[in-house]
Amino acid sequence: MAESTLEKRGARTAVNGPEAGLTKLNPLADKLKLRLDEDQLTNCMRCGFCLPACPTFRETGIEAESPRGRIALMKAVADGLMDPDEAFETQMNHCLGCRACEPACPADVKYGQLIEQARDAIEDHTTSHRWWVKTVRSVMFKQVFPKQRNMRLLGGALQLYQRTGLARLARGAGAMKLLPRHLADMEAIMPAASRTGVVDRIGEHVPARGPRIAKVGLFRGCLMDVLFTETNVKTAELLATAGFEVVIPPAQNCCGALHAHSGEAEGARALARRNIRAFREAGVDYIVSNAGGCGAALVEYDHLLHEDVQWREDAAWFAQRVIDVSELLMRSGRVTELLAVGLPETRDAAQAASSEAGSRASAPPVADGDPRAGAVAGGTPIAAAACAPAAETITYQDSCHLRNVMRSAEAPRRLLQQVAGTCYTEMCESDRCCGSAGIYNLTQPEMAGDILAHKMEHANRTGAGVILTSNPGCLLQMKLGVKRHGRDAEVTHVVDYLHRRLRIQEAPRRG
Amino acid sequence: MQEGARTELLRILGEQGFRDDQESRITHSYDGTPMLQALPDAVVYPVDTAQVSAIMKVLARHRIPVVGRGSGTNLCGGTVPLEGGVVMVMHRMNRILEVDLDNLTATVQPGLITKDFIAHVEGLGLFYPPDPSSMAISTIGGNIAECSGGLRGLKYGTTKDYVLGLEAVLPSGEIIRTGGKLMKDVAGYDLTKLLVGSEGTLAIVTEATLKLIPPPAAKKTMLAMYADLYDAARTVSRIIERRIIPATLEFLDNPTIRVVDAYAGLGLPLDMAAILLIEQDGPPELVERDIGQIEAICREERAVRVQVAESAEEAQKLLTARRSAFTALARLRPTTILEDATVPRSKIADMVLEINRIAAKHAVNICTFGHAGDGNLHPTATTDARDQDEIHRVEAAFAEIFEASIRLGGTITGEHGVGVVKAPYLEWKVGAAGIEVMRAIKSSFDPHNLLNPGKVFAKETRKRVVIDRG
Repeated sequence: MAESTLEKRGARTAVNGPEAGLTKLNPLADKLKLRLDEDQLTNCMRCGFCLPACPTFRETGIEAESPRGRIALMKAVADGLMDPDEAFETQMNHCLGCRACEPACPADVKYGQLIEQARDAIEDHTTSHRWWVKTVRSVMFKQVFPKQRNMRLLGGALQLYQRTGLARLARGAGAMKLLPRHLADMEAIMPAASRTGVVDRIGEHVPARGPRIAKVGLFRGCLMDVLFTETNVKTAELLATAGFEVVIPPAQNCCGALHAHSGEAEGARALARRNIRAFREAGVDYIVSNAGGCGAALVEYDHLLHEDVQWREDAAWFAQRVIDVSELLMRSGRVTELLAVGLPETRDAAQAASSEAGSRASAPPVADGDPRAGAVAGGTPIAAAACAPAAETITYQDSCHLRNVMRSAEAPRRLLQQVAGTCYTEMCESDRCCGSAGIYNLTQPEMAGDILAHKMEHANRTGAGVILTSNPGCLLQMKLGVKRHGRDAEVTHVVDYLHRRLRIQEAPRRG
Repeated sequence: MQEGARTELLRILGEQGFRDDQESRITHSYDGTPMLQALPDAVVYPVDTAQVSAIMKVLARHRIPVVGRGSGTNLCGGTVPLEGGVVMVMHRMNRILEVDLDNLTATVQPGLITKDFIAHVEGLGLFYPPDPSSMAISTIGGNIAECSGGLRGLKYGTTKDYVLGLEAVLPSGEIIRTGGKLMKDVAGYDLTKLLVGSEGTLAIVTEATLKLIPPPAAKKTMLAMYADLYDAARTVSRIIERRIIPATLEFLDNPTIRVVDAYAGLGLPLDMAAILLIEQDGPPELVERDIGQIEAICREERAVRVQVAESAEEAQKLLTARRSAFTALARLRPTTILEDATVPRSKIADMVLEINRIAAKHAVNICTFGHAGDGNLHPTATTDARDQDEIHRVEAAFAEIFEASIRLGGTITGEHGVGVVKAPYLEWKVGAAGIEVMRAIKSSFDPHNLLNPGKVFAKETRKRVVIDRG
């Protein structure tokens, strides 16, 4: 097979080296050959356009750390040129999975699918996980994420730890020093966990305020509903304010993103089927996600189940309806009207800001001093805003999966720009991964740390007092960034911020 | 690799700078050229000229071949290590050493990314015109090795017009310096120009002094859309005939328009047979006047619609989309083989017709786009490497396209280089005596044939298909 791809215009070019004609038995190689989509591997024509978009390539400058390099490695295995060894496995795990290479690829190679296929094959064969990693993986992937009840129990335990002073005790006793620094840091920025989820708080149904536009199903997420329950509640309230009837089907479960990214494809499919059933039965017009990472997994259920004859159609139905909360709020128009008008007390500030803008027409460009800013920043170009002294300066960090997979980069920015009394400042390279990448910051702390350090240089230069994101992982990572390298900035979810600025009347809450 | 050489290289480069593991070798076995792969024995990452020189001495002593590499985006197989040996990656030598504002020059290391360099000098109010489509990741060293062109070649020339001086390491390890911050210099043979476009076969460039120019005060970008391919191609020749030299004059045929729009989502007209993407820059009055005249010419030549970009941002998007054309064509079929046959500008319409005739004759799908204003077209075959029969037909079609190009007074490659893929055709263009002179130059620089062996010179020249067309 290898040889045929090497024929070039009549002149045969043989691959030199002893690897050619590899015959050794390697079950992982066989599995990879089976799993990897040959068409996608062939579609990569190695033009290199993805290289500048790739965070790990930019950090290292090493070809193997780029999408083109990783695809070449996969193809070398598929072609029998290379034996997948431990280095291969390490390299596949080094990828953040941010998928910034996909919008950069003119040939439309589905890199995200390839890396998941590779990891899936690796996961079946790896010998590198130590026993405790295996145990933790098994418990988390099979018992915790898929079962919201267990997720709640974990939330309860975490809450207990945080509230009873056990946390203080642990920190005081130096127990955190036993953990690697990145885990200890993570522990410190972890938000207060909650024993009760969004359904416990506001029920399964929130009616639209004003004329109803459509019926939407809220995807609450697993971790999201334990660590960011309040954001879920506010998402429902914002949607209701925007004119949507909100239902929260209680039978839904984890989206399966972490499973798929970690090579547990079968687990991901089982979760997908349960979610599809839950939302299909609820008969919704849209399925709304407020976490870019989850949304990206949901929107690809059609691909995940494309070989499943029984579920294929329902999966397509589901995938078509998935939308991010910012996108839907933009489309409704009502929230944007409210934001633009502003509240009585913010309206004055807004007027001050606009008159100030008039007098300082030639405000400096928003991108900071990085020479590459104009060259590679894919961030939406935003007109320079002149900030009134009283205005709150805010900035936005893209969720990679919201941007690169759901392709919703504009909506959150447009919403934020319309908040009266604030000054939106675009961060240089806001379209680049912050290093969170699911559980990457836990599994690859070194690379994640380097990426975060660069990210915070840009964040600090915006002078923003509030850093906004659209995904819980990014939110925690940016908090970690502020703690390690930052100025005193608040990090919060776009939904929470909009809710706060609009002072939306809260729905009646239980307990 | 022989243990002796390996030890010596490790001593020079350290663990960080020398790799010969499987992963590094696989990921330096290819470049942007389809269907071409060969493994090096090792990959080295030098940090300065002294290291390059020391490496070359070791390699010369052990007679080990070496291929210089920037980002590996070239399209002629220029950085594929056909004979194994060492791939020398220049990424760690990526500094801008100086921008001389008195002489308007910049001195840079070869691993610098082209776009970063352009952005840097633009920040200083200066202009470096060569802008190959891969500029977001290509390196200045790679551009020099291949004498890259780009979208602005028509008015501003190509890389060779901006290289004033070089520092380079010969295969022996000797370091030479050519040219300088000089606008005039006839001291001996022009080694600077000789090294530019020498495809890494003569020396490893370690430093370059580049010419900068003042940027144009204004620019305007427009799209002219045609229902007939020939009308579009003829417009190109007419514009030049009327003595207007636009900064950019790009041609895209219908399949190319479609894939580019699928990628960039610009709302390009999908029903048009061809579009011209035209940009003029300079003093505002001149830009206005030229754009007005070009618009009139387009209409005379039956353009269905002419549209001027409303903002710089929109113009930038159009140019960026055009740069994606080659890769975007891979959406049609998995393998895209592109060539860059170039003809005198007055012959562009004839060449477009020839390409379509040849494609039909060999039953292959060829899309055409390119820098029509410099007569430099990129006929691109969309095919599948797994289909041997079709690949043979593509090959035959390209041989005929080269032949047609030469017959029209053109060349086999305008800006991509000979590398390995066009080596069998080089003699068609330069003749047997030309090849002999080039070989003599090669052996005086590189007597043991260690620098990028297997490139430029073919083992065998293809038999020329001369078609009698009355």
